[in-house]
Amino acid sequence: MTDKASEPLLALSNVNTFYGQAQVHFDLSITVGRGHIVCLLGGNASGKSTTMKIILGLVKPRSGDVTFDGASLLGLTTPQIVRRGIASVPEARRLFADMSVRENILMGAFVRNDRDTVAQDLDKMLTLFPKLGQRLSQRAGSLSGGEQQMVAMARALMSRPRMIVMDEPTMGLSPLYVDRVLELIRTINQEGVSVFMVEQNASLALEIAHEAYVLQTGKIVLSGPARALKDDPRVRDAYLGGSEAA
Amino acid sequence: MSSWLDYTINGLIVGNVYALVAVGLALIFGVSRLINFAQGSIYLVGAYIGWVAVVQLHTPLPLTIIVVAVAAAIVGLIIERFGLRPLQNSVRIAPLLATIGISFVLDQLVMLTFSPNPRALPSQLPDVRFQVGGGTIGPLDLLIAGVGLTSALLLFVFLRYSKLGWAVRAASQDRDAAMQMGVDVNRVNQAVFGIAAALGGVSGMLVGMYYNQIDTAMSLQATLKGVVAEVVGGAGNVPGAVIGSLLLGLVESYGVAVFGTSYRNLFAFLLLVVVLVLRPNGLFASARQAPPEPLTGTFIAPSRPVRIPRWALLVAAAIFAILPLFPVSFYVLQTLINAWLLGMLALSLTLVAGSVGQVSLGHAALLAIGAYTSALLSLNFSVPVGFAIICGGLMSAALGTALISPSFRLRGHYVSIATLAIGEIVSLVILNWESVTRGPIGISGIPPLSLFGYDLISPNSIYWFSFVVMVVLALLQGRLLGSHLGRSFRAIRDDDIAARAYGLSLNRYKSLAFIFGGFAAGVSGGIAAHLYSYINHETFNTQQSILALTVVILGGLGNVVGAIVGAVALVGLPEVFRIAAEYRILIYGIVLLLLVRFRPQGLLGTM
Repeated sequence: MTDKASEPLLALSNVNTFYGQAQVHFDLSITVGRGHIVCLLGGNASGKSTTMKIILGLVKPRSGDVTFDGASLLGLTTPQIVRRGIASVPEARRLFADMSVRENILMGAFVRNDRDTVAQDLDKMLTLFPKLGQRLSQRAGSLSGGEQQMVAMARALMSRPRMIVMDEPTMGLSPLYVDRVLELIRTINQEGVSVFMVEQNASLALEIAHEAYVLQTGKIVLSGPARALKDDPRVRDAYLGGSEAA
Repeated sequence: MSSWLDYTINGLIVGNVYALVAVGLALIFGVSRLINFAQGSIYLVGAYIGWVAVVQLHTPLPLTIIVVAVAAAIVGLIIERFGLRPLQNSVRIAPLLATIGISFVLDQLVMLTFSPNPRALPSQLPDVRFQVGGGTIGPLDLLIAGVGLTSALLLFVFLRYSKLGWAVRAASQDRDAAMQMGVDVNRVNQAVFGIAAALGGVSGMLVGMYYNQIDTAMSLQATLKGVVAEVVGGAGNVPGAVIGSLLLGLVESYGVAVFGTSYRNLFAFLLLVVVLVLRPNGLFASARQAPPEPLTGTFIAPSRPVRIPRWALLVAAAIFAILPLFPVSFYVLQTLINAWLLGMLALSLTLVAGSVGQVSLGHAALLAIGAYTSALLSLNFSVPVGFAIICGGLMSAALGTALISPSFRLRGHYVSIATLAIGEIVSLVILNWESVTRGPIGISGIPPLSLFGYDLISPNSIYWFSFVVMVVLALLQGRLLGSHLGRSFRAIRDDDIAARAYGLSLNRYKSLAFIFGGFAAGVSGGIAAHLYSYINHETFNTQQSILALTVVILGGLGNVVGAIVGAVALVGLPEVFRIAAEYRILIYGIVLLLLVRFRPQGLLGTM
């Protein structure tokens, strides 16, 4: 018997993805350990967001496998994958703009059927994100970017996920909110939720991540403990697109 | 003499009926960004199921309503599951075209089952009128109002308090995000189609009882009215659809009060065009609302067009040119003449819908303009027929382009709706402008085709004339598309924002396409008028517009040779297989459905 705790929670192995003729991922392999924060760094058009979509089942790879807790996700639809325990904070938040903040947060619990505990969890979100308390009946679309990010994170937590995937959680936020969001990710993680995040902002992401991968035009060019990558000049080179720099 | 209060009551009751249709359309548009052109067919099915229940099964009224709602909902679920779900990943306009095909099929099935003759649908309610102020109101009015209000209330409770209702709202605001919350979008679609169909079916039954008559023409009318109400209220906006419907009912009712019954629909479509042009997001859309997704109106399935060598085209043209010299029957020539006339219309539509990406659903209006111009010129002013036909083409080009130009700034589905409405408006103007068009009587005794003083009466000469005109138009269109104009057209079709950013004037190129296309269609209509010798406002109807669309999709959108091949195939094959006329529309609907599903690029490929 293998020790389950040492198995990764999420593993992408040798994933090749295509949009029509264009190949997006080349033999992509990524693992997210239990209880870890893993971030995927990369510039524009490196295939970061597609990696998110692959995990969530919004895009299906042509070859390779995606496993969560040892079971493949490939045959599953997005709602089924969500029910397995993966929640998401999509790029640009994607709140339900015309629904209230309360409704948005409760939408996160859509896959749950335990009404009473859902209500308790809503209260818990309000302690974690105290600012949202006064905003509950407001239209979600009327909030500021930072507040919307809070709603998106609360919404993701409401499904009691084992893992949250986040697409550029700090994008477009004021510096104040960026720190707040990073801190919250850490808090969420300390409560036992694994986090897989896609980021452009390498220095910030490496602050809180355990491991990191650097993606360049669909290939992993660097990976390792975040601490080690933090000072690695090759991370910067990878961003600037230096041809053989990596 | 009815009082204004009576017209107001009538407007609100009719508005309630429209609301039942429009709310369903709004729900479906909200979730799938689709305008469901089959909604009217479900309404029709509801009316006939109601007839079966009342007249043959003698069900009491409450049971009738339940039977109709359930049966219609089942039809809706079948449409969603087998007609639309397979198209989830195809181009945006594909589901819209599929719903058109489905509506053809459903309408024809109803017609074949129940015969096209109108039937009486008794209301089962006592025929009394109560005095209210200066007007009167009957039990059926109250029933319709009651059903409308109850449905609105139930819908509100469903959307606001049930889990599935939340899922519907979430999916309509952000489909992907809803999926990431675990919402099964297929189930949401099912729910929405079931609800929309139940409401639509009940609406059809109530209308049948209101007018004590049902017939198959109800279907298209209901779809059109529902679409008008929905767009007026703002596509996808459920409360907006209710208000839009009541507004539409009132506008129509007051319009009828002032101008007479035959103006009812004219007001509906003018309201639609005005709203589309001034506030395409509807009367109640606030500025914050993002415009609906760029539904770039193309149905261009990427494909490599089949290259037909020049010599093969020449050989084919030569064979068709000398065909009358062989002992072929009059019947074959007649069929091919029809194909050539349809081919001209298809050339026009394939240019507009295929090359420029403006999927027109009202192309028959161009035929009508050409036909009426040519017929009236030759009859009233003794203009030689050949010249009159050219004038018909020019008039179609000018008037057609002028009519469509206000909607040049629309895209995707909205272009289709606007062209559909303009098509209806043209037909209604012809109906009502009696001093010029002779109104419902139509124009008879139109002189036969003639050229330079020689009458073209023999089938051979008519055949050659129409064939040559079509070939010339096709060659001109080929030249046009081969020039830089063709490239500009395709650029606008593929990405109008990028095209504009590169300095292309969209209006100018769209106008050019409609001018050229309008001319070809007008000439076709003109020839048809002299061939038939009698035309009226229904000679060139929406069915022809859809037939033309099926032809160009069959041939491959934008494909000049394809348009002609498609016309020959769709006119010729039913003849070859000797399919009875009443099944043809059914076949066209099925062909459209199969094409959209399995070969969106058509026979010869899109260009």
